[in-house]
Amino acid sequence: MVEHATAPTEERIWQLLEEVSDPEVPVLSILDLGIVRGVELRGDEVHVTITPTYSGCPAMNTIATDIRLRLLAEGITKLHIHNQLSPAWTTAWMSEAGKQKLEAYGIAPPQDATGHVFNLFGQEPVLRCPHCKSTNTRLVSQFGSTACKAHYQCNDCLEPFDYFKCH
Amino acid sequence: MQDSHTIVVPDVTPELRQQLFEYVLQLADTSLILAHRLSEWCGHGPILEQDLAMANISLDLLGEARSYYQYAAELEGRGRTEDDLAYLRNAVEYRNVLLAEQPNGDFAHTIVRQFIYDAFHYHLLLHLQTGPDKQLAAIAEKSVKEAAYHVKWSAEWIIRLGDGTEESRHRVEAAINALWRYSGELTTPSATEQVLQAAGFLPDYAAIQQQIDQHVERVFVEATLPVPQGVFMQKGGKIGRHSEHLGYLLAELQYLQRTYPGLQW
Ligand SMILES: [Zn+2]
Repeated sequence: MVEHATAPTEERIWQLLEEVSDPEVPVLSILDLGIVRGVELRGDEVHVTITPTYSGCPAMNTIATDIRLRLLAEGITKLHIHNQLSPAWTTAWMSEAGKQKLEAYGIAPPQDATGHVFNLFGQEPVLRCPHCKSTNTRLVSQFGSTACKAHYQCNDCLEPFDYFKCH
Repeated sequence: MQDSHTIVVPDVTPELRQQLFEYVLQLADTSLILAHRLSEWCGHGPILEQDLAMANISLDLLGEARSYYQYAAELEGRGRTEDDLAYLRNAVEYRNVLLAEQPNGDFAHTIVRQFIYDAFHYHLLLHLQTGPDKQLAAIAEKSVKEAAYHVKWSAEWIIRLGDGTEESRHRVEAAINALWRYSGELTTPSATEQVLQAAGFLPDYAAIQQQIDQHVERVFVEATLPVPQGVFMQKGGKIGRHSEHLGYLLAELQYLQRTYPGLQW
């Protein structure tokens, strides 16, 4: 463990958090995802506030551990991680860079919200296939491989793909 | 240092705090029991996509249940944790509505149970998110986005089954006949809920009932299904009077903690 001669700055903490990735979509940092809601230095204590993407997101514990380990590697031991529910996370907090990284990774990024409860049977946003870029795609299921994704298929290249659904 | 959940407890009398604890436990238990029922489908769904859908909805409800249990533990303030509340109480201490514990039956039974619950859940959360209890409002604000996806999913299936084949129609009608009797309990306030309503902590259920009725009506019309009328409504879950099904469910859900107390991953 490296002991810091000087106390870490807030800016430095944000830089370190940029290096912590989402365990389920490793191309995204937790900052791209928009789940870090605040960093605060109180004396020699570091306080980081995070919010879950979904209530049952099983990645939250892993993310907290990863933050702890990354900061520990810089000699930061007095870390307090706060889990905050409100304001509720929304895909609008995802960075533009994050959306581009998602598509390059093969996951269609979130579009504008259409989620009215009476929009039944496929009145869904037009999505671009992350593989062949065709917009001739269809929803297979609102529920995909993880809680944050829906399952789509491309009608042209026939590849299935995930859609990071709007929230 | 420990990770913490930012929980705001309202400044109320000990009596009201106790009632709030009971009510939050009711929400927690209902979410947990329904999540467990849905998880029983995992690996048995009619097709892979719907298997995944049920597992996803189950996970959302489990996450919501955890938030409620954490809040309930804080309200109680006697050192019990979310795990103690979920794993170490007996069936008579559970406060979930009877609907949640009903067995999965066939896919139509699961869909009807889910749609009845989703329509209630969605409209309740819409109210709770603007309510005076900050912690309940925060949980509701988070969960209502998920509940919107749930109620779309179950509504689509009600329509597919009702306006589908002769067989699907027959099955969904049988499920409605079997399960409608458990819908009334959702919006029939218990003594605890009446106290909280009088104190302004919970909305009047008549308003929620009206929104649920409109929602159900709209979906059932499209499904070409009649909305049942004049059904005798069962209740008791909110005060711990359960059907025989809950004991079996808890035996499975709590097995590990009962057999190896304090076991951790
Ligand atoms: Zn394609």
